[in-house]
Amino acid sequence: MSTLVRDRATAQPTPIPAREPRRRPSRRTILLGGAAVVWILGFLVLHGTSTLALPASELTDLHRSLNQFNAWVAANRADNPVFLYVFTPLRAAVDAVASLFIATFAASSTGLRLPEIGWLGTVGLLGWIAFAIGNARVALLTVAVFVFFGLQGLFLEATYTFALVLTAVLLTLVVGIPLGVAAGVYGRVAKAITPVLDFMQTLPTFVYLAPLALVFLIGPASAVIATVIYAAPPVIRLTAHGIRCIPENTREASDSLGTTGLQRLVTLQLPMARRTIVMGINQGTMAALSMVTIAALIAAPGLGQVVVRALQSLDVGTAVNAGLSIVLLAIVLDRVTTAASRRAEPGAARNRRVSRRTRYILLGVTLVLALAMVQFSRTLLWAAAFPKDLNIGPAIVQAVGSASQWMQANLSLFTVSFREAVTTGILNPFQSLLTDTPFYVLVVVIATAAYALGGWKVAALTAACLGVIIYLGLWSDSMVTLAGTLVATTVVMVLGVVFGVAMGRSERVDQIMRPMLDAGQTMPAFVYLVPFLGLFGATRFTAIIAGIIYAAPVAIKITADGIAAISPTVVEAAVASGSTPWQVITKVQLPMARQTLALAANQGLIYVLAMVVVGALVGAGGLGYDVVAGFVQSALFGKGLAAGLAIVFLGILLDRMTQAAAATPVRKIHSPKTPAA
Amino acid sequence: MKKAGLLLKRTVPAVAGAAAAALLLAGCGGASVNQVAAATGAAGAPCGTVNVALNAWVGYTANAAVYSYVAKNKLGCTVVQKDLNEQISWQGFASGEVDVVMENWGHEDLAKQYITEQKVAVDAGPTGNEGHIGWYVPPWMAEKYPDITDSKNLNKYASMFATSESGGKGQLLDGDPAFVTNDEALVKNVNLDYKVVFAGSEAALIQSFRTAEQNKTPLLGYFYEPQWFLSEVPLKKVNLPKWTEGCDSEPEKVACDYPTYTLNKVISKKFDDSGSPAAKLAKAFKWTNKDQNAVATDIQGGMTPEAAAKKWVDANQQVVDSWLN
Repeated sequence: MSTLVRDRATAQPTPIPAREPRRRPSRRTILLGGAAVVWILGFLVLHGTSTLALPASELTDLHRSLNQFNAWVAANRADNPVFLYVFTPLRAAVDAVASLFIATFAASSTGLRLPEIGWLGTVGLLGWIAFAIGNARVALLTVAVFVFFGLQGLFLEATYTFALVLTAVLLTLVVGIPLGVAAGVYGRVAKAITPVLDFMQTLPTFVYLAPLALVFLIGPASAVIATVIYAAPPVIRLTAHGIRCIPENTREASDSLGTTGLQRLVTLQLPMARRTIVMGINQGTMAALSMVTIAALIAAPGLGQVVVRALQSLDVGTAVNAGLSIVLLAIVLDRVTTAASRRAEPGAARNRRVSRRTRYILLGVTLVLALAMVQFSRTLLWAAAFPKDLNIGPAIVQAVGSASQWMQANLSLFTVSFREAVTTGILNPFQSLLTDTPFYVLVVVIATAAYALGGWKVAALTAACLGVIIYLGLWSDSMVTLAGTLVATTVVMVLGVVFGVAMGRSERVDQIMRPMLDAGQTMPAFVYLVPFLGLFGATRFTAIIAGIIYAAPVAIKITADGIAAISPTVVEAAVASGSTPWQVITKVQLPMARQTLALAANQGLIYVLAMVVVGALVGAGGLGYDVVAGFVQSALFGKGLAAGLAIVFLGILLDRMTQAAAATPVRKIHSPKTPAA
Repeated sequence: MKKAGLLLKRTVPAVAGAAAAALLLAGCGGASVNQVAAATGAAGAPCGTVNVALNAWVGYTANAAVYSYVAKNKLGCTVVQKDLNEQISWQGFASGEVDVVMENWGHEDLAKQYITEQKVAVDAGPTGNEGHIGWYVPPWMAEKYPDITDSKNLNKYASMFATSESGGKGQLLDGDPAFVTNDEALVKNVNLDYKVVFAGSEAALIQSFRTAEQNKTPLLGYFYEPQWFLSEVPLKKVNLPKWTEGCDSEPEKVACDYPTYTLNKVISKKFDDSGSPAAKLAKAFKWTNKDQNAVATDIQGGMTPEAAAKKWVDANQQVVDSWLN
């Protein structure tokens, strides 16, 4: 969550204080140990009592009252002022922008349903834009990838997705940058806005998808708004971060010249924060793209629909083909925005090989070329719709399909026994430890652990979160979800340390791994879940694997960054003094990257939690199942909403506890002595 | 100031380019291949646009594909298909975004809300398909343990069905959360030593049954007919205590089998009132389980829904004609 930005400072060796106070760490250990003993005793003695279990089809009164929302919207849509003056115009505006882009790139609603700019023009124009804001390399990449969409037989779908992502990103910027600037300039705004952003990022999309479709109707507008809700937080956070991180003395220098607040913003803060802001746009774009498949559930056209439809018929090949397009689109958008952010860097202009003049000439020539392509694509049929005979899509579909069938036929006996071993050996005992212990024992245990890690404040917050979960009537389901999440996070951390260290130590490993990690993060989970269903069946285990695939890349990347950021002189000194590589890793690099590791664990947890709902589609049960059921059955809507909230509170609890664990006690105790920064 | 100058210098060509592009587009606007084709190819189409909801199972896709094919090619309608789940499709009736739902399984709560209370949708008559919901086992089990198809004997086999997910009891695998189910109440009220485990989706359910048959592993699960998968693996239905009128009126106390569902179509009130020929077609649409399975199996075998629909329509011209007259 917010820590991603806040704690990303390069790891610096913490100065070891002269007199290390030993009392506090040991007290922490005692408290944690005591909590564990209470937990196990509570489990053994009071086993199975007060577990607050609620069967899947049963509701509490709270859930029933939340069900009324549906009827309320239906009754108020026509005449309530909020709908008349806010929601309906908003929907119309978003729809207009989305339709404009769709008509331009994907399909117009008239005639042959060809777009205003056919495929050739799209390729040319986007390639030119990539060249103009980035460089020649990303321009080539853009052209190659868009032509490849055509070869896959998915050009139309890809452009639909592109048009919707573009709309969502534009809207995200319109909302996000002003909010981010406000949060960067005024600390109070930042404080007020942070919990809201946390909430927006952890509340599962499934929870608000049906209500959104109810308020903003089915179609592009709802899909875009759902995407904006998910994609705006990173833009807001990074913009605020960029503005806040401008060095104090620079600001003072500008103040001493007598600038007003607005002048300072326009001439100093925005230009200096430009690179971070572009990075925010990059993150927002990635988040928007990850919503593509989910938005397809409310009839957003594009690649997501291909994936969702392929899943209904278990067609792994088609799903992978479309998933590949999504990953490629993500890579293009990522590289182009990254190149743009490099160009935005101060001083970048000086290091260029070609002079500005040559560049302008090149830009002009290529623009003419691109416009010619646009013109062709409007007048010639072969340039308007991608030729159907140039299609390697079926070949990809078949190859992937037969590979997945072979895997399922030959590996499933082995994979099933592996699953059984993990489930009965680790997952089941751990889950029953959580679900069969009386709730009051667990509340005490978790609050004590929170106190040990972060003091009274965190303990109180934790207890409050647990209280809300109990009030929501979903304690038992929450514990099922918690068990799966913790097991998945443990595996994620193991992977994070192993691969992160390898990547942090070797540039080459980094280069090989990074595209795979990007793919793991952007490939829609729906795509790889189908073959996993064949291998592992519909179980919690499959859901845990889905969470690991999604969360491990983040943990690995953060760890790798942390290891790479350790000053090379320290490592060299260790090597020079005769340490083996193993010693360097365990005695120098890992301890020095400790805080980064805690951050990786924090992010790993949040990402695993984000997959809880998707996991429910392949047998995870728990809160995720309640959310999915609430999305599809009107009678369970209230329970789904409650489960979504429970996921949010579970997320807050885990986030605050890992953050508290990340802040080292040494630093905490010494903070009064250091001057307030 | 220098920076602002640079920025200006960079934006000027971009703006100029955009302006040039706009001019170019405006200049050629009338001559676009899209519009030219539209002018020559536009046939008189009194039908207008039909929004067809596409729910997430292949049997439904078969119905929707044939309906869309006929509406498009015989009536000249513009058909817009929207992938939606059942609940959201019904929401669409109210907002005018959905005109037709081609296969509806009961859903009394939604029917009550949208047909009876809000009066935005109307029942468009049966599809001719009969729906059966029940518990099924893979065929190899029915062969090896012939008495397993009677629910009275299920407890005998409970330990065989136990998995890591079912907590020591036998596992009863349920499907998509959207599906109509009484299984939790049934297990309790028929005194079965089983636990309901949710697979999460139709895809997961089918995959589980397929693997169970291939590897000869035990599986008891929720399933339904008509379903294309039954022609690939003919699952055997387990007989629960017989359904009698009213035995399932109280969801918490159900102890009998599922009723036979008469699957029907639902169309929006507005669409019905419009007198569109497509609305007439939706009401007249009627076929058999065999027809639906034929189309669904073709779709499953890799045909596009449209091609599968065309194949069926070409082979069953008379049936289609009877819908249109």
